[in-house]
This record gives sequence, structure tokens and C-alpha cells, in this order.
Amino acid sequence: MTGTGEPTGYMERTRLYYRALGYSPDYVWAHFDDVPFARLAQPLAQSRIAIVTTSSPGDRSNADARGVRRVWSGAVSPPPQSWVTDDLAWDKDSTHMRDRESFLPIETAQGLAAEGMFAGLTPHFHGIPTEYSHRKTTKEDAPALLSLLRDERADGVLLFPI
Amino acid sequence: MDIVTYAGVPRFLFTDFPLGNPAGHPGRPDMQRAIVAQALRMLETATGPRTVETAPFVWHDTGDWRARYGHIDPVKIARLKAAGEERRRRQAAAKALRAAPPE
Repeated sequence: MTGTGEPTGYMERTRLYYRALGYSPDYVWAHFDDVPFARLAQPLAQSRIAIVTTSSPGDRSNADARGVRRVWSGAVSPPPQSWVTDDLAWDKDSTHMRDRESFLPIETAQGLAAEGMFAGLTPHFHGIPTEYSHRKTTKEDAPALLSLLRDERADGVLLFPI
Repeated sequence: MDIVTYAGVPRFLFTDFPLGNPAGHPGRPDMQRAIVAQALRMLETATGPRTVETAPFVWHDTGDWRARYGHIDPVKIARLKAAGEERRRRQAAAKALRAAPPE
């Protein structure tokens, strides 16, 4: 059966996979007892929205000479025509990522803004790397991303993790 | 679904598809529009953290994509272990490079 049934248990699947590769101990996923929450400060129709992706730019310019990936930004107009996702753990047996709007829906969102659903996108979308290190995400990448979002006065954010 | 809810986020729109297309099937702008619109509405309608909604779409193919992802073929376990060894070796080399002072 496809499309019905329980959602895939990725934590258990991933644990078993890495055990098969000989890794020990198991990976420890981030877990927060307290989750932040904020309502929009004004109606959605008046809100400026930013899009965030976990993909990399086509030229891999988000990585330094040592291969460490950093937060990066790209213009929404025109939207990017190339991207890199082959380093991420998406389901390469079952789908593809050749349609940007299936994971980075910039033009889709612009269409909804044009219809008046929200005020518009921020001038840039942003990319944040997926990392094994909780510390790098919480101490380096997340603060860098927040700073970029504030610079362009985003009222809300849609994150499309791959 | 399980990883995101375990971590805990303010709002989560679950799309029950193979990993890689969180905004809708490739080549389906109608579905992509519906999913992005639902996510946007959650910005306004959610009243507290850990709000979860599920998009009303299913994956389109008839194969068993859930079973395929990360499947461990018993026949290939030795190969997986060898791949793991190679990966650890590369990671150790990369870590040593990062630890070295910049030139």
C-alpha cells in the first residue's frame, strides 16, 4: 500500500541503517521540552514571509575550503535555476528534485502573495545546512539565519527541510 | 514526522511523501499551491507550539516507497559495513583538516 498507513519511522530506520554501517553509539536527535511560539503580529495578509531551505546553491558557494557549510541567501526574483541537494538524505529511490517548486516553492508563494493571501516574500530566501552537530545549528547557523530574517523584516518564516 | 515532533517546533505541516518534496509532488503546481497555502494559514490559525496538521495528499506511485527508504538488505550488510569504514575514514580526515590552523 502506498499513501496510507503509518508515517515512516525515520528515527528507527536511521538507527538501524547506521548500526548496519558499524556506527556506535546511536545518533541522539535534538529534543526540546520547551518549544517557542509566537503569533503573527498582524494579519497574514499584511505579513512579509521568508522562505528557508536546507538545499545548497548550484555553485556550492555556501561551503568553505574545508567543506563546512554556512547559512546562505539567494534572490527570490528571479528564483534560482540551479541547486545542490545530492548531499542530503532524501529518497533517491522514490522521487527526484528537478522541480524546484517541490521543495523551494518561491514562485508558488509569489502567486499566493499576488492573490493577496500575504504581503509578499522577503527579497531573499535563505539556506541553512543540516548538521549532525546540535551545537553548530543552535550556536552558529540559527543565530546567523535569525539575523538575516530580521534584516529583511520577515514577519513569518516557512522552512522547507529536505 | 517522528523526528520533527520529537525535536519540537512551533508549527508543522506534515506532507506524507518520500523525503525530498516537502512542498508537493514534482510537476504538480496545483498541489504545491495547496500545500504552501495551508502552511501559510497555519501562521495565523495555530494557537500554541507543537501544532501539527497533515496535508490532504498521498504519494502518487504504486510502489512501496515507505519500505524502500533506508532498507537494509541482509545480503549487502558486509558492503554497508565496508562503506561505513570508508565514511569514518573520510570523516576523520576531514575533521583533522578542520582542526588544522588555516594557512
